[in-house]
Amino acid sequence: MKLQTATSLALVSVLEAAAHPDRQVSASDIAAKYGVSIHHLAKVLRELGRAGIFEATRGAGGGYRFVGNAKRLTLFDVIELFEDISARSPEASGADPATDVGRALARILSEIDEIAKATFRSITIGTMLMLVERERGAQPRAA
Amino acid sequence: MTLSVPNTALPDTSLAVRPVEVRDLDEVIALDAAVTGLAKPDYWYELFHRYGTRGRQQRFFLVAEGGGEIQGFVIGEVRDWEFGSPPCGWVFGINVRPGARLGGTGTRLLEAIVDAFRRAGVTKVRTLLARDNTLVLSFFRSQGMTAAPFIPLELDLEAVPR
Repeated sequence: MKLQTATSLALVSVLEAAAHPDRQVSASDIAAKYGVSIHHLAKVLRELGRAGIFEATRGAGGGYRFVGNAKRLTLFDVIELFEDISARSPEASGADPATDVGRALARILSEIDEIAKATFRSITIGTMLMLVERERGAQPRAA
Repeated sequence: MTLSVPNTALPDTSLAVRPVEVRDLDEVIALDAAVTGLAKPDYWYELFHRYGTRGRQQRFFLVAEGGGEIQGFVIGEVRDWEFGSPPCGWVFGINVRPGARLGGTGTRLLEAIVDAFRRAGVTKVRTLLARDNTLVLSFFRSQGMTAAPFIPLELDLEAVPR
């Protein structure tokens, strides 16, 4: 399952902000860290604000603060704000539903999608932050 | 969001995790029935005889007791060489009283059975549950469990002709 760019930006933004819920994060900081367009990122952050996951503060030193519940909010909740991965059609999988072979292929691709969706639903932002910490601990320290 | 159980749990320190005893079964059966909507007394008594009384080196049926009540239970066993897989611990049942969730009871139960698996000499723990069981999937994920290198398969069987 390939996620759209806006979805990926939303996930990294939520994880960056949720790691420090007492601090503001700025669009420019995230854009610089991940090498993405600040214009594109700003739209994503606004959407997260509308969804009640981020709280925006205007003015100098302003930015976004994570105000969601990291123990409840799942990756799926964030993904669903930006794309509908609940109902992929056989056409979307590239298989032709007019043929037996196409339908059989679509069934297998659907199995894979269902596993991906169940995985996204089962992982909270809190669990992801633990995985991020583990990855950080596994990285060799720079000399 | 899928988890909506209020946090009214007892403090973690009030819990004692111990092997199940026959006097606990009525509460275990009631807890399971409250969560699944189906009372299965015969199943639980059979499970008690298989996991609660015999073979405690490899089979574990533990309960968490707090405030004079059973707050939850966990069941598992060591499975050897299934399809060539080295012995590992399997958790095939865990449940916490809805009013006691999000207070660390599940974590205490899982830690206890993982310790039992370690003492039995295994270094891997696995489980298997339905994709739509988001509550328990999220719990296991929060405990650090990740996807295993296995694919569960099933087959619908035709009824045997009478």
